[in-house]
Amino acid sequence: MNLTNYALQQILNALSIGSLYALMAVGLAMVFGILRLINFAHGDVMMVAAYIAFFCLSAKMPLWLTVIIMVVGTVLVGIVMERVAYRPIRNAPAIAALLTSFAVGQILQNGTLLTTRFASKPVQIAFPAPPELSGTVALGALGVSRVNLIAFLVGPILLALLTLFITRTTLGLSMRATAEDIGAAQLMGIDTNRVIVLAFVLGAGLASIAGLLYAVQAGQINPYLGFTPVLKAFIAAVIGGFGSISGAMLGGYALGFLEVLLTALPGLGDILPASSTNPALIAFFKTYLPGTLTSYRDAFVFVILILILLFRPGGILGTAETRR
Amino acid sequence: MTATARSLTSTTTATPSRRANRIGVFGLALVMVALIVLLQNSGSSVWQGIFTNLGMFIILVASLNLASGFTGVFSLGHIGFMALGAYLAAILTLPLETKAAYLNRLPAWLAVVHLDMMVGPFPLGFLLATIIAGLAVALVALLVGAVLMRLSGNFVSVATLGFLVIVRVVLINADDFTRGSRTFSNVTPYTDLWWVYGWVAVTLYCVWRLKNSAFGRAMFAQREDVAAAQSIGIVIMRPRLLAFVLSAFFTAVVGSLWGHFITSFSPNTFYFDLTFRVITMMVVGGMGSVSGSVIGPVIVLAISEGLRRIEDSTQLYGISGLVLAILFIIIVVARPGGLLGDREINFGWLGRLARR
Repeated sequence: MNLTNYALQQILNALSIGSLYALMAVGLAMVFGILRLINFAHGDVMMVAAYIAFFCLSAKMPLWLTVIIMVVGTVLVGIVMERVAYRPIRNAPAIAALLTSFAVGQILQNGTLLTTRFASKPVQIAFPAPPELSGTVALGALGVSRVNLIAFLVGPILLALLTLFITRTTLGLSMRATAEDIGAAQLMGIDTNRVIVLAFVLGAGLASIAGLLYAVQAGQINPYLGFTPVLKAFIAAVIGGFGSISGAMLGGYALGFLEVLLTALPGLGDILPASSTNPALIAFFKTYLPGTLTSYRDAFVFVILILILLFRPGGILGTAETRR
Repeated sequence: MTATARSLTSTTTATPSRRANRIGVFGLALVMVALIVLLQNSGSSVWQGIFTNLGMFIILVASLNLASGFTGVFSLGHIGFMALGAYLAAILTLPLETKAAYLNRLPAWLAVVHLDMMVGPFPLGFLLATIIAGLAVALVALLVGAVLMRLSGNFVSVATLGFLVIVRVVLINADDFTRGSRTFSNVTPYTDLWWVYGWVAVTLYCVWRLKNSAFGRAMFAQREDVAAAQSIGIVIMRPRLLAFVLSAFFTAVVGSLWGHFITSFSPNTFYFDLTFRVITMMVVGGMGSVSGSVIGPVIVLAISEGLRRIEDSTQLYGISGLVLAILFIIIVVARPGGLLGDREINFGWLGRLARR
């Protein structure tokens, strides 16, 4: 394979994975920015979206209708979650809130599992990819899977809309004010409860799009699929400085590139054209970065997370905070 | 505050009430021994299984309580220690022929090690394997803890969760030692009720002694207010790290017991499901309470065993997870410290009953 094409392919992969992470991470960051709550159930919200999409697509609904039902359904889940579980513990210690979010995640997982039992479906289901999202597109010499291309396009569009909303509307302004200081915002007459619900609504909506794209990419769904994405989204948010929305977007793409780099660099020794490359370089890659290292990717990513938490708790762009 | 007030009032009558409590606990231990004898001879594998599980969960919850409930530094990575303990101990006790057939790429020094249950007339092999696994994991915890215990609040939880993921990735990839993501089976079923409850007694005793020691008070003090604790000269790293390492040791011990009980496991056995289950038990019982570490597992296990019967008969899997998660949220909302908080049950009444 041509090396330039290989690099282009990898960059496109990074951008499309990054879009998914960024869509997830902004939801986490919005809620954390206001409530100081790490909402681990966010991954399960995404999972619920994938299941709603599955049931709609299985009923032979067109994609546009599926997307509408999915977004509305997921947003409702987000609203109920906030009202029933998170509002009663708003003043509880941070740990209690974190643990509650795990419990909420368990409820969503087991609820979904129970639903699939009632629908007599297996735990692991093949996802019926709609034709608009399947197959590959020829982009010059590159063959790109259509879902990757769509993720690559949809991610930035939605994130730009979110940024416009937050910076240009009154509601967005009150959201930023609430994140800055919830008490002061209340005194200024902002209905902070409404703002908090809004954060959950926006987060759930974006997560649902990520959920659909993720399900199509993975090809199959199960009630536990949200666990890894929410961890990744968390890392993305930490990279961007937790609580900052633009930071979370940036962190999502940074993590996408990091992951693709960790996947693509090891094993490069087998891909580099032997005729035109310095043999010492190939030997270097084969010795120090063998292809088998790829399977350690997630471990490396988490080591990087821990390093950032320790040394740059304010994120790669942020200032060094004292509390972490 | 209230804890201090309580201990001040109780010092006036300390000796007799403490004696009565001790007699009460001793009485309970005797009842437990009788129960184990009864269970061992009953031949009911279902009840033996339930009580073995209960004992292992009690150790897990007590040690997690030591690391998290006592110190407020919430670890979500403890099941990673358990996984390491299970694999290490199982590799040590695997018979040589099985090892040669099945883990044929082990390094030579490990391939020739076989700690049989019996060393001479004493059942030392399993004990030794468990302790070695515990110590090795405690060393890992010392290294990990020295780094992670610097964080606080939510971030330490997520960092330890990261540790859990890292352990899983390493276990899956180190297939020379662990058979990768395939099931590690053929472990000899050494674990019985005596082993489990022996370790329960050791764990509860250590954790209880620690709670009432200067180290324990330092743990609780920095949990309540880091700045105030520092201002009276408590170095916060030391109690945190001690709690983390000791609790990793006991968690690894459970790993060994667990491995030699279920006899086959894979990296997925020790992941988030188990983590959440143990945390539920701890939160239900009480964060910071030793007697809560017993009550939590009893309640949660009773509920989940009951619901599992329903799940099995109706095929509606998910009910038990749903109910436990709802229970969890109710407890966190209504009683944030768990049923007991950091208080202990006084068994003095039992002791006085025995005196009469």
